[in-house]
Amino acid sequence: MKRIPMLLAAAIALSALIWAETPLLINGAGATFPYPIYSKWFDVYKKNNTNLEFNYQSVGSGAGIRQVTDGTVDFGATDGPMNDEQLKAFQEKRGTGILHFPTVLGAVVPTYNVPGVSGALNFTPDALAGIYLGKITKWNDPAITSVNKGVNLPANDIVVVHRSDGSGTTYCWTDYLSKVSDEWKTKVGKGTSVNWPAGLGGKGNEGVTGQVKETPNSLGYVELIYAAQNNIPYGTVKNSSGAFVKADLNSVSEAAAGAAKEMPDDFRVSITNAPGKAAYPISTFTWLLIPEKIPDARKREAIKGFLSWMLADGQGYNEALTYAKLPKEVIEKEKKAINKIQ
Amino acid sequence: MSARLHWRKFLSNFMLTLTGVCALISVSVLFLILGYLLFNGGTSINWAFFTQLPKPVGEVGGGMANAIVGSAKLLLAASLLGVPIGFLGGIYLAEFSGSSVASVVRYAADLLNGVPSIVTGVFAYGLFKHFSTLAGAFALGIMMIPITLRSTEEFLKSVPRNLREGAMALGASKSRTIATVIVPAAYRGILTAILLALARVAGETAPLLFTAFGNRFWSPGWNQPTASLPVMIYTYALSPYEDWHRQAWSAGLVLLGLILIINIVARTILSRGIVVPRS
Amino acid sequence: MTTATPTIHSAGPRVGSRSFLSQLRDGDEIARLVTFLFAASVVLVTVLLVLELWTNSALPRTKFGLHFFVTQVWDPIMNEYGALPFIYGTVMTSAIALLLAVPLGIGAAIFLAELAPARISDALQFFIDLLAAVPSVIYGLLGFFIIVPLMRTVIYPALNKPLGFMPMFKGPSYGVGFLTAGIVLAIMVIPYIISVSREVLLSVPRDQREAALALGSTRWESTWKIVVPFAKTGIMGSIFLALARALGETMAVTMVIGNTPKISASIFAPGYSIAAVIANEFTEATGDLYLQSLIELGLVLFLLTFILNGLARLLIIVTTQKGSGIAV
Repeated sequence: MKRIPMLLAAAIALSALIWAETPLLINGAGATFPYPIYSKWFDVYKKNNTNLEFNYQSVGSGAGIRQVTDGTVDFGATDGPMNDEQLKAFQEKRGTGILHFPTVLGAVVPTYNVPGVSGALNFTPDALAGIYLGKITKWNDPAITSVNKGVNLPANDIVVVHRSDGSGTTYCWTDYLSKVSDEWKTKVGKGTSVNWPAGLGGKGNEGVTGQVKETPNSLGYVELIYAAQNNIPYGTVKNSSGAFVKADLNSVSEAAAGAAKEMPDDFRVSITNAPGKAAYPISTFTWLLIPEKIPDARKREAIKGFLSWMLADGQGYNEALTYAKLPKEVIEKEKKAINKIQ
Repeated sequence: MSARLHWRKFLSNFMLTLTGVCALISVSVLFLILGYLLFNGGTSINWAFFTQLPKPVGEVGGGMANAIVGSAKLLLAASLLGVPIGFLGGIYLAEFSGSSVASVVRYAADLLNGVPSIVTGVFAYGLFKHFSTLAGAFALGIMMIPITLRSTEEFLKSVPRNLREGAMALGASKSRTIATVIVPAAYRGILTAILLALARVAGETAPLLFTAFGNRFWSPGWNQPTASLPVMIYTYALSPYEDWHRQAWSAGLVLLGLILIINIVARTILSRGIVVPRS
Repeated sequence: MTTATPTIHSAGPRVGSRSFLSQLRDGDEIARLVTFLFAASVVLVTVLLVLELWTNSALPRTKFGLHFFVTQVWDPIMNEYGALPFIYGTVMTSAIALLLAVPLGIGAAIFLAELAPARISDALQFFIDLLAAVPSVIYGLLGFFIIVPLMRTVIYPALNKPLGFMPMFKGPSYGVGFLTAGIVLAIMVIPYIISVSREVLLSVPRDQREAALALGSTRWESTWKIVVPFAKTGIMGSIFLALARALGETMAVTMVIGNTPKISASIFAPGYSIAAVIANEFTEATGDLYLQSLIELGLVLFLLTFILNGLARLLIIVTTQKGSGIAV
């Protein structure tokens, strides 16, 4: 028994030794979708600024919004912009406003597992809405076959897969469906979590990808990155100009360029179903959430410095990780907005 | 031999073989899991894994040194909270309490055990409001209490009566008896329970998401967010990158290894000269 | 195996003086008080937790009242919430888990305690304890990569063909579902049952077994009819631990249950559990009613645990003879 206190003392001493000299730690929390690029950015930034540590954890957009509102983290990140109610709550709680800064672009693609089909299927907005509403139930439904001539679609039941966890991916997908289908808009709506009329829930993009891979005759939606990295087939979607577009870095940037001209000052914009012949209709920005007033001068300068870097050098790392770059107009506008941070 | 005797003997052999099959199934499952982890994560375990900080995706190498240390710190602090409460509480239930108080405490412990780990995390977040190793340890410590408490009580109660009576007959006070006779007699079971509780919280992710949070860098002291193996596994496993998947499996292996080492160390250091004969 | 008698230190001068006796009693009193405080803190923490859950779920409680328990809708957009499908899923998966884990676990514990040579028993136990250390995320992943395909290709056809006429075994299988989640949970809780039961069985005094054998019982009879009942409370305790673990498991379940808030009779159907939906939606939930409804689900789980534990205890009391010293 005597050995236990000694052991404990040794352990505590050891852990105290890990008390290194402390660089400035800036904590952020939020969306999972941009986690890979954010971790890359913060890592590179630390190499160039060794006394600054940006610690970002992907706990989910909603948690990010909550925690930046509570003040437990210094910045947040979200795939779906904060709504008016949340902005008001932030103002009331922290006595200042909060700014949205778009960082990268992403896209959500329809992925499927249909026996015998290896190429890209075409999907119309009506088909996607109908499938997810549970009204189109078979793969050889005219809504699908009519735009996929030459492809042998079986008469099997479609197994619908959606996200079980709240997520920005779902927000983007349902935002798009709400725009292209009135029935979806009134019956289900858009959000990070919705009451799905049909289908199984998979946890995370990984869960949906895995479920689709494992289940014949299934259809799901995932972030473009997951589809690209996992080499799974994903289809084209008909955009507002009538063209069937496959999601890639170019078509996503096109979608943003269309919206860039009308970008509101607070950057809270949805770019689903964007105008433009080559635009991919299910694209989205993702945002960093920065409080307008940051009392700690060191943190303020650090965050402003990072944002400037992110808009310039940072964007150079996007494409290697399959994220699309921000359009030039948006970057210019954001650079001006950085000055709003006091 | 009568037919009935034949039947009883047959039944005996049959049932005992069946128990062997049960044990076989249980152990096979473990080896299957270990094998899978080794197969998928064994290749990523190298010296760098233990000494380097995580690298962003696309860069080869990197490790989970901060997560390993973070998990160790969390477990240490969690034990300091959970073990004394469970252990001493169990002593109270077994030795001192009346049956109604004991029922209430037992019930409370069972309820606590059934709380989803994420709710415990939210509870700890509500109390601490700041991400830190301490908050994480608090959440984990709470989760250790029920197993430790219930098991301590059971094993103390199972100490044969004659040991107690022998001590009393020699004039030892109750507290003396407990400290020097009963607890040592039951120590093996109690230690098993504590290690089981530790193993359980070592693998918990959800409570840490809101308390210890996570950290790409080293976490100095006890009041900062810290990385931990389960959270890293969670983040990496649900990412799109093969390399991160492999690292997630490796982290799982390392976590098991950590628990294995703690098990071995605890059992050897705390083994004493006094042994109660195995029945 | 060394048979050593525990050493007992002398309690002090045998001359009973009043002051010394009161010292002795004080020592006991202090011990009693200290251990009581620790035991009480357990109740305190539990009460605090329930209180926090209660206060943070005020909105949905006032809005939905008791309807919460019977509504099947879970709609974050329309802000309508009901707990029924989750309660169903939680009970279903835990029931399946225990049905699988208890016989297997007790059987294995009996084998390890009674039949296996000490060295092998210790070694195997060591490894089984490791099962408890596997992170729940990994259980989820393993369940997804191994058990889900197994379910779809092997288990489902094997059960559905002969038994498909019963509602319980009907319907298509996507691999995920109640049964899959139940199997994963069973694997997760088995170490607790085996570990604790084995230790309790080992602590049953030797003379009990020997007396039975001396009276002519077979090995099995002495084990099942004498030793196991002697260890009954410990074994029941381990089952309580297992039940609690199964009810509250979050990560592993959400990866294999299908995450569909629907009530189905078939064990192959996808479903949802309270812990899984909290784990899935809590971090993203915005809006007070949504968040608090999730917290109310946590409260409902508490209530469920309360009731199930109560029922189990009642069962023990009813089936146990008076005065046999079984504590609940």
